[in-house]
Amino acid sequence: MGRRLLLEHDNVPGIETIEVYRKHGGYRSVEKALKTMSPENVLEEVQKSGLRGRGGAGFPTGMKWSFLAKPEGVPRYLLCNADESEPGTFKDRYLMEKIPHLLIEGMITSSYALGANLSFIYIRGEYMWVLDILEKAIAEAYANGFLGKNILGSGFDLDLRVAPGGGAYICGEETALIESLEGKRGNPRIKPPFPAVKGLWGCPTVVNNVESIAAVVPIVNDGGEEYAKIGLGKSTGTKLISACGNLARPGVYEIEMGITVEEFIYGDEWCRGIANGKKLKACVPGGSSVPILPHYLVTKTAAGEDRLMTYESLSDGGFATGSMLGSGGFIVFDEDQCIVRNTWNFARFYAHESCGQCSPCREGTGWMEKVLHRLEHGQGNMRDIDLLAEINKKIEGNTICPLGDAAAWPVAAAIRHFRDEFEWHVNERTESQTRNYGLAKEISFAR
Amino acid sequence: MGSHVHTPISERHSEKPVFSAEKMVEVQRVINEYPEGKSKSALIRILHIAEESFGGWLSIETMDYVAEILKIEPIEVYEVATFYTMFNVQPVGNYVFEVCRTGPCMLVGSDQLIDYIGNKLDIKVGETTKDGMFTLKTAECLGACGYGPMLQCGKKYHEHLNPEKVDKLIDAYRSGNTNIEI
Repeated sequence: MGRRLLLEHDNVPGIETIEVYRKHGGYRSVEKALKTMSPENVLEEVQKSGLRGRGGAGFPTGMKWSFLAKPEGVPRYLLCNADESEPGTFKDRYLMEKIPHLLIEGMITSSYALGANLSFIYIRGEYMWVLDILEKAIAEAYANGFLGKNILGSGFDLDLRVAPGGGAYICGEETALIESLEGKRGNPRIKPPFPAVKGLWGCPTVVNNVESIAAVVPIVNDGGEEYAKIGLGKSTGTKLISACGNLARPGVYEIEMGITVEEFIYGDEWCRGIANGKKLKACVPGGSSVPILPHYLVTKTAAGEDRLMTYESLSDGGFATGSMLGSGGFIVFDEDQCIVRNTWNFARFYAHESCGQCSPCREGTGWMEKVLHRLEHGQGNMRDIDLLAEINKKIEGNTICPLGDAAAWPVAAAIRHFRDEFEWHVNERTESQTRNYGLAKEISFAR
Repeated sequence: MGSHVHTPISERHSEKPVFSAEKMVEVQRVINEYPEGKSKSALIRILHIAEESFGGWLSIETMDYVAEILKIEPIEVYEVATFYTMFNVQPVGNYVFEVCRTGPCMLVGSDQLIDYIGNKLDIKVGETTKDGMFTLKTAECLGACGYGPMLQCGKKYHEHLNPEKVDKLIDAYRSGNTNIEI
């Protein structure tokens, strides 16, 4: 059993209450930080920990914090990104639902480090019942003196609020999140200026994922160096993985970074293999935006080494033969699944979620969806496959925010690794409507 | 996002919507969460409260009322209400079933679930039953990927669904039992 820093107490009855949470060591990081550390000390520990943003991009959290502008007399804000919407990702929900105080504790300690006196948790509107859980826990934290004026006699004041979205994937992008929190449409802003300089209401702002903020708690409690000892290389600490698709035991797991993908998929402690005794066909290891891996590249890299659950190993081989750890939304496909259908499904998602601000993304995601729709429904032709690649190139890199790239990458990867299957949908229009490619071609999968 | 604000006159609320005293307290509390001069930030949350209070959807009258409360232009409300997919700008049934249709749910049978519910209620996606009880919609990823197929109704997530559970769910809602745990 690996070490669990965040979910150690997830199944303790009553852990959602401050009383039980404190009995299990809760709010120690607040006491430690506010009573014995300066804000700079907290920042140093986070930098030492090597913590990388857990929302998907993997940018070092300590470095992000260090960029925060601190002009005299201007308020600074910490925003928690709980807009979790990347298909395959449901880890933040689990954490907030089960242990809401862990996020609140992380928000207090992090706000202290950043000098923020008003912080927000922006949560996707569909998680409205989680918002209720958080607000209840926040009320408890106020009642126990962990929020409000002069927290624990330290002179530090903090108010913490929760704000819901209204159903828009794009609001997970940090500048769109800020726009939304200002009560506007979630259109991403042009950067620079970055939020660290001009964010919420034009003030310096840090936006961090739920899991990143929660990780600050063990980092402050045990020290950044201790945290960095867990994991492998630049992938320090533990990571929440939300495993789904055709797995025997889907769910949210906390892993020490560095375990093998093989162990994660097939191990008794984790997902226990593919559901219904079927074989693995493909895997999208980090949320729908990252490249899909065919079965022979899931547990081994192209060089034949074990694929590990780390930022580096999952991206080994670049986009040619690798993928990304991303948000930790780990989606597994069994042998009966149709890659063309799934690629169309994801393209439809991005077409639906494009905010419409940049033409290449607004038009391009719509085109990709249409072309994939006809391929999937037996009305495509060979030119369509190359047309997709072409649309892809016209979106990628030509938009304000990364949604365009996120829409383009999965399509490019699916064609790269499963071109046969796309061509089969063109050549066998009728058969492809009723039969699965793998069964029709008697393809044998690795396991 | 594709919704239109234009609503036939016949479908508009005939009377001006007004929050109950209790709801108004909640609305004020939300507004007060933001610094002075930043009350527009409360807009999305107030729209959720308005939808809940006024029949599950946002009429032009409702949106104008919210604009009045926040002292902003009506267009600032319309553009937000039509951007976010959770907001209904057309009338809906008493219960809106939003079935997640995105990849991970599809892998475990959301297509079949959508068909099953549609057949059972005799409506297509986007339609409302004749008795005005149910509206069937699809939604993009609701963050329940490991617990699919699933649907959201109001604040509730109903997960690990199959035809038997859907039957029970529909019966329960039909009889007004919205607290059913499925």
